[in-house]
Amino acid sequence: MPEYVLRIRRYSPDTGAAARWQDFTVDLEPHQSVLDGLLQIRDRQDGSVGIRSSCQAAICGSCGVRINGRPHLACHTHLESALGTSGDGIITVEPMGNMPVLKDLIVDMDAVHWKKIKRVTPWLVNSEPVPEREYVVPAQSMLDITQSMACIQCGCCVSDCLSMEVDPLFIGPAALAKAYRFVGDPRDGEHPARLKDLAQDPHGMYDCTHCFNCIEACPKGVAPMNQIMRLRRIASADYGIEDDNNGYRHEHAFVRNIERNGLLHEADLLPDSYGGKFHPRAVPALVGSLPAIVKALMRRKVTLGKALGHPHKAPDDVKRIFKVVHQRPERRELNLYVTGTEDEDEPTYARGGPTDGSSAGHTPAERSPNA
Amino acid sequence: MKVAYWPGCVSRGFTPELHGSMAKVAEILGLELVELDRASCCGAGVIAEHNQELADTLNARTFALAQNEMESGASLMMNICSTCQGAQSECQERLDANSPYREHINSTLAEEGLEYRRGIVNKHFLWLLVEEIGLEEIKRRVQRPLTDLRVGPFYGCYIVRPTDRLGIDAQHPRDAYLHQLIEALGGTVVDYAGQYKCCGFPVITMNRETSLKQAGRHLGDAIDANADCLVTPCPLCHLNLDLQQPLAERVVGRPLGMPVLHLPQLVGLALGLEPRELGMSKHVVKPTAVIDWSTSVVGGIGTTRAA
Ligand code: SF4
Ligand code: SF4
Ligand code: FES
Repeated sequence: MPEYVLRIRRYSPDTGAAARWQDFTVDLEPHQSVLDGLLQIRDRQDGSVGIRSSCQAAICGSCGVRINGRPHLACHTHLESALGTSGDGIITVEPMGNMPVLKDLIVDMDAVHWKKIKRVTPWLVNSEPVPEREYVVPAQSMLDITQSMACIQCGCCVSDCLSMEVDPLFIGPAALAKAYRFVGDPRDGEHPARLKDLAQDPHGMYDCTHCFNCIEACPKGVAPMNQIMRLRRIASADYGIEDDNNGYRHEHAFVRNIERNGLLHEADLLPDSYGGKFHPRAVPALVGSLPAIVKALMRRKVTLGKALGHPHKAPDDVKRIFKVVHQRPERRELNLYVTGTEDEDEPTYARGGPTDGSSAGHTPAERSPNA
Repeated sequence: MKVAYWPGCVSRGFTPELHGSMAKVAEILGLELVELDRASCCGAGVIAEHNQELADTLNARTFALAQNEMESGASLMMNICSTCQGAQSECQERLDANSPYREHINSTLAEEGLEYRRGIVNKHFLWLLVEEIGLEEIKRRVQRPLTDLRVGPFYGCYIVRPTDRLGIDAQHPRDAYLHQLIEALGGTVVDYAGQYKCCGFPVITMNRETSLKQAGRHLGDAIDANADCLVTPCPLCHLNLDLQQPLAERVVGRPLGMPVLHLPQLVGLALGLEPRELGMSKHVVKPTAVIDWSTSVVGGIGTTRAA
């Protein structure tokens, strides 16, 4: 059997000693998991290695760790693939980020993850009147929330949330995905209250920086960021919730800006995001940004004419597209988690590979393995 | 090589030096840029957040315009903005995945006689450099190797995540291309904590503190790792890292002064162009370290540059 070296970050806060790395060699099959390796180390080499696990089948969500710097379920990561991403042949295993370490690879999920989950009222609040028998819901309306229901509460997304890294109060990806699970559920009666709450909280839905880390981290395809964008879309379009964090205004200012100009006209975007150039709310924001704007003007980055005028106008067909789509009776959304990807035979899909440089763009050389 | 070129909005707005330096570098590389001047903003994720169909239709329109150029000789579509790459790839993923959806979107475009055909190749300049031109060819063209220039790659988010959507795999380690390129240009790669993190720009109007803290931290990490400058493939990252750097300094409470270059500027330097020609004087943080470096090496090899 091949040998794998696991470099584990050891730390016990109560001893007062600093964290340190310790290498262990395990003898296991390539298809066995990093968790198998960790458990073998604990059984045969050092019984004091702290790791949490239960199902060993990617269901219970207890074995989240960082493997080679990225969050994964230890039971769901083959040793061989971990070796592949290790760079130098040594598989590093660390505790997840954004949460305090209790011991070695075990983090305090209560202090961060579960607290945030509780924050979003993670249960169904009946819509009234409660039917005498069961609620009857069209299957179609539940499909949409299957994605957020797939969450196993492992905390991998929380571990690497970049907004939470600088703002520990941010409600975060897992909890906001959970919030969407109820906002998207037709049986829940508190949609507006939930949305208003999450929109108004300065560490709520508008505090996500759209960094994709949670999408990348999630072993279950929950794509928490996409659920956050759904929350924003519904709060803004369906309930018109104008929050105090400029989330609503920023979105609307941006969309209007493109509709009008075709291209983003940044000079208007900032003031518009605060309610328009002459809105009292815009003044402190503009004064706050003044040093940067003045510097930009001084360096001729932007000319005054460009800052005040509108050099670009949207072509008419762009304006027409805005109109056509905005006039549809229902917003149309395609969720690939639900619909899956068609498997068309022609190998036209080519985001992954280099082209041969000679084609007219329809005959790229390779098919992305991920397509 | 001829490409259907999508410069994006910011490169023609607040970071005109990006568009300008791209044009100069393209000339040296023999890259013919056919500008998609009727195309619209990619939506930067915000339009998709507002209305997915709207974002998909606008970008399908851009793709269709690009495909028309491909009919007349362009090899592929090229962009110079990570955010465009990410936002457009997201729309493309949906458009390519589902033919009824694609037909629905195309029915909106039909009025202008436009149609998006599945499978457009849309590559950021960074990808094009590595995959189409090739690192060996780039090495051959270097006139002023970036010797002793310590460059920190700042990838940001949109061009590296999600990995499957962006076609990152063992054959195409696109999340290492900046590293490879800096080395091919003769520079020294400086690894630092923030290189794959978010610049904070998307929440600058919603949570200024979060936004500037992110920018400030990454810049500080790069300083601590002794970088002379950063290079980014994304003009929006440039806005938060350069334009807002004076404000980020205040939020993180330390002086920063870290120059941030656009990708074509770094390439241009190595191809022999001068910092001023590349618009570096337009940056808010004066790239003094880079200019000093360029003048110190110019004395030696500047004269060898082909006219
Ligand atoms: S996309 Fe938003 S929620 Fe997800 S990791 Fe990034 S900041 Fe956090
Ligand atoms: S959303 Fe995904 S990564 Fe986050 S806790 Fe749930 S299963 Fe884990
Ligand atoms: S042990 Fe249950 S998810 Fe890994």
